[in-house]
Amino acid sequence: MSQKMSSQAYVNKPARSANMKVVEGSYAVAHAVMCCLPDVISAYPITPQTHIVEHLSQMVADGELDSEFLTVDSEFSALSVLVGASAAGARSYSSTTSQGLALMYEVLYNVSGMRLPIVMNVANRALSAPLNIWNDQQDSIGARDVGWLQIYAEDVQEAADATLQAYKIAEDPTIRTPIMVCMDGFILTHVYEPVELLDKELSREFLPPFQPENILDPSDPKTFGAFADPTTYTEFRYLQFEAQQKALGKIEQTAKEFEETFGRYYGGLVDSYRAEDAEIVIVTMGSVIGTTKDAIDAMRADGKKVGLVKVRSYRPFPVQALRKALKDASVIAVLEKDVAIGGEAGLLTDLKAALYNSSIRTPIIGFTAGLGGRDITIKDIRKIVEKAEAARKKIESEFEFLDLRMEIL
Amino acid sequence: MEIKAGKLVDPCSTQITKTGAWRTFVPVVDHNECIKCNLCEIFCPEGCIHQVPSKDVDALLKYGYKPDQIRSLPKDEILFVPDLNYCKGCSVCAHECPRKAIEMVLEEK
Repeated sequence: MSQKMSSQAYVNKPARSANMKVVEGSYAVAHAVMCCLPDVISAYPITPQTHIVEHLSQMVADGELDSEFLTVDSEFSALSVLVGASAAGARSYSSTTSQGLALMYEVLYNVSGMRLPIVMNVANRALSAPLNIWNDQQDSIGARDVGWLQIYAEDVQEAADATLQAYKIAEDPTIRTPIMVCMDGFILTHVYEPVELLDKELSREFLPPFQPENILDPSDPKTFGAFADPTTYTEFRYLQFEAQQKALGKIEQTAKEFEETFGRYYGGLVDSYRAEDAEIVIVTMGSVIGTTKDAIDAMRADGKKVGLVKVRSYRPFPVQALRKALKDASVIAVLEKDVAIGGEAGLLTDLKAALYNSSIRTPIIGFTAGLGGRDITIKDIRKIVEKAEAARKKIESEFEFLDLRMEIL
Repeated sequence: MEIKAGKLVDPCSTQITKTGAWRTFVPVVDHNECIKCNLCEIFCPEGCIHQVPSKDVDALLKYGYKPDQIRSLPKDEILFVPDLNYCKGCSVCAHECPRKAIEMVLEEK
């Protein structure tokens, strides 16, 4: 990981094209999808849903985008339709969120098992019950083992750019694995931000046409995802596992190619912010990174050596990149918007596992916060850093709910 | 047999997958009771009951008959024979047989 990827460089980069516009996050992503020229888009057009497919349906209706736009009866059908479309050789897209993703669960395995390179934006939102539609990341973290790649975006620009990158990664013949591009619901999907909208011509140069070697074709019949008994099933799972390991390199490479074409870079598998000499390192994903960077700047001004490591690729989990990024930390604090009820939380557990057999013996503590849309503030990040400082001497609590309201329990 | 990612297969792949090992009970046909009504062949969900001339020893061996069984079969007849490479032992043939000429027997393996 080179230090030039430090996100400061990106933040300070001035707008260089007339395409910089203030748009809603969902529009920015829809525009990026349009630049990917998908053949088939499917959507279940009521709650839980995002504006992404609404904008896409408008683009199709206005003739801006030549895609088959299918409205279906449920999220289960939305993804099932894409199984057929993708197997028939169509570049396929959908977006979902929360309960919608949960309803897709069975189909998620079919897509990854049949090695269909579908790209789907997940607007991360809480799961019921209790009924809540605000942002957290329980939905996609819960689907971490379904065989899809998962990239988490920090801001609207990255969410849009990662969507274009996603097709390039997914459709690589050596990978052929679907991707979820995860962006925090509301915080990113509904916010209006200045965004450099992707250039259609450059996007076309960046992303070659989808040309799968095998497709469903009546003149040359084939079966996808056929029966595999105990003598071969393991090997199919191994091939998926291997493809995800190959994706580690492809995600890095694609991020660099994107930078060459468009001039923007967010890290490949991971990124860091003021982490070079940091003693306390916060590891997190998604939109809370913006707040965390502000908190780090404030604490740095107070003389505290705090830094950030951002996990961009959660699946595949970038074990080596994280070992490298965290080797000099004296304490690690993981902050995430999910909870593995009965365990700890996804990122914390995975990170601990990634470091266990390395030489890194740094204390790691974890925090779940921002569940069901509760704001994570700079004050919260300071609290995490205080607890991390204390954990250097003695770990009081390996994992906790941050900002728990004891008065209502 | 090399596998293709995504379990991609060409047509007729179910012929490669022998499902006979799933069986607990094996259908044993009493060919002397059989009236050649065809119902077992029609109802078999696996499509694995075949009409075989009793002198076609190769086919009978292929479908799972033992040489001494073949010797005791009726001569010069068309026999309705389950292909034991694929028969899952579901008992539908035995249930449908109007003469109760098919018995499901626990198979020792």
